[in-house]
Amino acid sequence: MSEPNGNGAQPKLTAKAYKTDQEVRWCPGCGDYAILAALQGFMPELEIPKERIVFVSGIGCAARFPYYMETYGMHSIHGRAPAIATGLSVSRPDLSVWVVTGDGDALSIGGNHLIHALRRNVNIKILLFNNEIYGLTKGQYSPTSPRGKVTKSTPMGSLDWPFNPISLAIGAEATFVARAIDTDRAQLTEVLRAAAAHKGSAFIEIFQNCNIFNDNAFDFVREEKENRIHLQHGEPVRFGAEGERGVRLRSDGSAEVFEGDGDPLAWDAHHPEASPAFALSRLTRDTVGATPIGIFRDVERPVYDELMADQLRTASEQREGKLGALLAGGDTWTIS
Amino acid sequence: MAKDTKPVEQVDSVIVRFAGDSGDGMQLTGGRFTSETAVLGNDLSTFPDFPAEIRAPAGSLPGVSGFQVHFADHDILTPGDAPNVLVAMNPAALKTNLRDLPRGGTLIVDQDTFTERNLAKAGYDANPLEDGSLDGYDVHTVPLTSMTLEATKEVEGVTKREAERAKNMFALGLMSWLYHRPTDNTVSFLERKFAKRPEIAEANKRAFHAGYAFGETTEDFAVSYQVKPAKLRPGTYRNITGNQALAFGLIAASVKSGLPLFLGAYPITPASSILEELARHKNFGVRTFQAEDEIAAVGAALGASFGGSLGVSTSAGPGVVLKSETVGLAVALELPLLILDIQRAGPSTGMPTKPEQADLLMVLFGRNSESPVPVLAASTPAQCFDAAIEAARIALKYRTPVYLLSDAYLANGSEPWLLPDVDAIPPIEVDFTTEPPAEGDFQPYVRDDETLARPWAIPGTPGLEHRIGGLEKQDVTGNVDYDPENHDLMTRLRAQKVAGIASDIPELEVDDPDGADLLVLSWGGTYGPVAAGVRRVRGDGGKVAHAHLHYVNPFPRNTGEVVGAYERVLIPEINLGQLRKLIRAEFLVDAAGFNLVRGLPFRASEVQEAIEAML
Ligand SMILES: Cc1ncc(C[n+]2csc(CCOP(=O)(O)OP(=O)(O)O)c2C)c(N)n1
Ligand code: SF4
Ligand SMILES: [Mg+2]
Repeated sequence: MSEPNGNGAQPKLTAKAYKTDQEVRWCPGCGDYAILAALQGFMPELEIPKERIVFVSGIGCAARFPYYMETYGMHSIHGRAPAIATGLSVSRPDLSVWVVTGDGDALSIGGNHLIHALRRNVNIKILLFNNEIYGLTKGQYSPTSPRGKVTKSTPMGSLDWPFNPISLAIGAEATFVARAIDTDRAQLTEVLRAAAAHKGSAFIEIFQNCNIFNDNAFDFVREEKENRIHLQHGEPVRFGAEGERGVRLRSDGSAEVFEGDGDPLAWDAHHPEASPAFALSRLTRDTVGATPIGIFRDVERPVYDELMADQLRTASEQREGKLGALLAGGDTWTIS
Repeated sequence: MAKDTKPVEQVDSVIVRFAGDSGDGMQLTGGRFTSETAVLGNDLSTFPDFPAEIRAPAGSLPGVSGFQVHFADHDILTPGDAPNVLVAMNPAALKTNLRDLPRGGTLIVDQDTFTERNLAKAGYDANPLEDGSLDGYDVHTVPLTSMTLEATKEVEGVTKREAERAKNMFALGLMSWLYHRPTDNTVSFLERKFAKRPEIAEANKRAFHAGYAFGETTEDFAVSYQVKPAKLRPGTYRNITGNQALAFGLIAASVKSGLPLFLGAYPITPASSILEELARHKNFGVRTFQAEDEIAAVGAALGASFGGSLGVSTSAGPGVVLKSETVGLAVALELPLLILDIQRAGPSTGMPTKPEQADLLMVLFGRNSESPVPVLAASTPAQCFDAAIEAARIALKYRTPVYLLSDAYLANGSEPWLLPDVDAIPPIEVDFTTEPPAEGDFQPYVRDDETLARPWAIPGTPGLEHRIGGLEKQDVTGNVDYDPENHDLMTRLRAQKVAGIASDIPELEVDDPDGADLLVLSWGGTYGPVAAGVRRVRGDGGKVAHAHLHYVNPFPRNTGEVVGAYERVLIPEINLGQLRKLIRAEFLVDAAGFNLVRGLPFRASEVQEAIEAML
């Protein structure tokens, strides 16, 4: 069963081939549309037969995603998609398994599964549609909403300190961590490409505008493009309308933004240490009014799926599995 | 070993209980005695009873660990109600176990441990070995510890502490002499176990031989006993615990269905040993995934099922609770999934190592909405093997989650198992859909006329790409659908599919040799004690019928007929009447209950009394 079914010699598909006959039911203007279009546009590039691609999601607006992708798919339960995808990916290494999740789905109810999938480095690609709000349940604050957020469930402002999804993923030992913006299709596609090529877990936070319950949340980078700190491996970290601002590390390892001349950090997404990536993840709307997009971290580490397959192979090489011999192992006696 | 010169008495059955501190190695001692007994060909049944604490304070009452083994020259059903012989390695073990030893029973104690300190720890004001409180028993005070030290003193490289720890082997040697058990296997076992420290192996062997020799020479034991081999069905046997049998059954189901086995589990007593056993058999393509919690464990199993594996998740009550939402998803997805609940005493953490049967209503009804799930229950340690295969067969054939219930008593208890002919185990046919329909789109919720199962098309199959999910689906197409009539239809279809399994399982067998008016109806892990209680009643001339359920949902198709055919129905359960509630609701039968919820298996004598009270 683990033999790939496709022979790779199929004609190249178009974005249209990944559209289903289901009516897309997000609110008009929702950022999810742009992400769907980007994914459908990118899929043919994967050159993996459609039948070997699987989208698994939890619950939320974002989680409706699989219904709209003409691949195999499962719309599961709230927060559990990383766990379900783990079982699928580990037992079917021939598949390309993608998880679509929201900020509540991934970081609230499913936080535990997310961090464990990342630390194991299961070969799944996790797309977190972060709109800093609970969309499907009609607008309560989420674990990424800034403190003081006024919503229906927090009329006097939310009290909790939010998660920074990038910092969290890096802290959870993720081997691939990136950020993209729903409307920036080119940059999103670039990140998707790198994630697909990455061996093991890939975590992508996508800033997604919920125009109904949390409109304009990401305007500081979505609209004001000069605040996008575009991370490119090997390139100096510079941003601003004219590239007049730069990012460098202080002697204590934290990151700072400077104006004008100076010596910006040359970005190394493959750095063996997680600390530079973590330092950059701390540059946010709240701290510097700008934030990095692109690939924070892309390192190699053994992939859980492959490690498990290796153990199975080793075990069967050492001793063939024979049912009769298994049952008769241990002390036996015969009665005639 | 030297020939016995003392008189030998024949007995037909014996119950021995080893009790000591958790650190005294009582489980190992009991296990070795069981192996010796198995090799001799007695029928046997064992019951380990140990605390949840790994090492409660040494010498304390909560730290006592016990192992009971019942062996006989005829077929037996339980580990026995009360021991004939109690081996107590310290005062705490004596204190906690003496109440089970009938007056006149044999008591062997390590007198060296009856120090003032240990007596105080066990809560004894006076030394029971001296104050006459043991007068009614056949007491043998043996200086076990000091004789062990004496026997091992010439072994080099062994500390005094290590030497002392061999005292359980001295006790085993003595018991092996007393009941004429073969000793070779234990000697080779010790050599294997301590292969890396031959001096420890040597100390243990010397202690074991010294115990045996002590029995031969001491005047304290005037006779030894022999229990002839039982006349069991011919064939090759091994001793097996319930959890081991479940693990083997799952592997057999994987081999027989041709599907790789995927186990998602999170450690919990008394289910962990299934995970541990399966993890040792990766050569069968078994994937064991120790998840971050029980939700992930069952989620991963369901994901694997979606991909065409035999997805299984094992747990006990507190973990099974966490799986409910995912089991509900599997009901909606109509994918095969197996969940094993090794029941333990609750609520909440309860008594983790102690058996109970109180999760029945939870697995039947503990999910939101109308969410039907087949439920099977294993009856004896060895039967767990067949139960696992049968549960897998139903899950795969009907594309449904299935609960299989076992309990702490079956999980750790053991009995001889007549090894099945593996070629005679029927294959489990799995028919993945592999071809797109001749016309139109693939319909993931079209149903098989007979089973009502939907097609199972796994990712990787070209042309059958489809999406499934927990939102209500339209009949046939599987598209998301909120239509009221469709929901009513789908609710009924899901229920009918599970109910229809009744035509695919054996009828309920009734054991009623005398034409009784009273039916005893049991289920799950109480089979042994209930059947033994029934035997006793019949031995005393009472008429009683017995039926035992291996399927609780759906019930075997003749269950209503069976319970309706008797004037009175008695349902013994280790809960407050859960099956009884179902039987009364389903069949309008005024069944009576016999219920004890002590975290202990029933004793046959208790079942006997309960039956006799209704005759
Ligand atoms: C067990 C469970 N609890 C609560 C819910 C209700 N619920 C559905 S979606 C959701 C939050 C969704 O927020 P997010 O993950 O951010 O997704 P979005 O809708 O914003 O895309 C909640 C609380 C549920 N479906 N299941
Ligand atoms: S509620 Fe927000 S996130 Fe949900 S579909 Fe509407 S705009 Fe999109
Ligand atoms: Mg959200």
